[in-house]
Amino acid sequence: MTSLGRLLPTPTLSLVLLIIWLLLVRSLAPGQLLLGVLLAMGIPLLTRRLWEPLPRVRHPWTLCRFVARVLWDILKANLEVSYLILKPGRAPRPGFVEYPLLVREPLTITLLANTITLTPGTVSTNIRLDRSTLLIHVLDLDDEQALVEAIRTRYERPLKEIFEC
Amino acid sequence: MAFYVLLEWVISLLLIAGGVFAFVGSLGMLQFKDFFMRLHGPTKGTTLGIGCILMASMVYFSVVQPGIHVQELLITLFLFITAPVTGHMLAKTGLHMHLRYTRDTRGSPPELRDEDVGQGRVERPPRPRRPASEGQKRRWRLRR
Repeated sequence: MTSLGRLLPTPTLSLVLLIIWLLLVRSLAPGQLLLGVLLAMGIPLLTRRLWEPLPRVRHPWTLCRFVARVLWDILKANLEVSYLILKPGRAPRPGFVEYPLLVREPLTITLLANTITLTPGTVSTNIRLDRSTLLIHVLDLDDEQALVEAIRTRYERPLKEIFEC
Repeated sequence: MAFYVLLEWVISLLLIAGGVFAFVGSLGMLQFKDFFMRLHGPTKGTTLGIGCILMASMVYFSVVQPGIHVQELLITLFLFITAPVTGHMLAKTGLHMHLRYTRDTRGSPPELRDEDVGQGRVERPPRPRRPASEGQKRRWRLRR
């Protein structure tokens, strides 16, 4: 068990790498499969020093639901932003919002920042050095408190649940 | 036969939707008033646009050629990883360089103020001077 743990420190990452390799070469030939397995084992071992220790995925099912929700929100975000761009009469009301972070792990913060950038009218602009606040630029700011609350319940809580318990 | 006609409809619709979304996202660059607002177009409008076109490509090649084509999913994956990171770095650079922003921007986080906390006043790079017409000034209403 320990030797396996040393050879495969991050099974999920290895699996993802293997899938990416097989998709890239578009074949399931034994040779490619073997090469893919070797790469999937080798790359995490080689780059381990570059990573912070990755948190484990605790609830895969919640992760799936989270991904589905984010995809749906991307669709909505696109329609909203397109509407704002195309509608000439009403000017959007931009604003900066400081979002107090609950999550602490670097990976979780990265995922949250990426999600915020991809979804409705918000772009994450700065993470304070002490990892306590995320600065968000909002394209059409209506109610600051409601926005913070929405991000908290829709994205941050599930992420916290998935990665940090 | 009817199945293929239906698929053709789906592919065409996806292609057109993709083109429209990508175009509207780029149009945002023209429409919006300052750097931070312009960031919203490319980070969102284009992701869905490219996504639609890639889906059309997946469907088309899976029908026309033998086997299932899914490697377009990789492009989507890489796009979803890289687009927000690029957006974040651009926004951060914008904050750092104290780029101008429209006056009706709400909120004033310390990043936008002149002094860094705990340091003296930081010299701002000189703003390029550009003669603006009266109408432009009124329309832009830029702070600073």
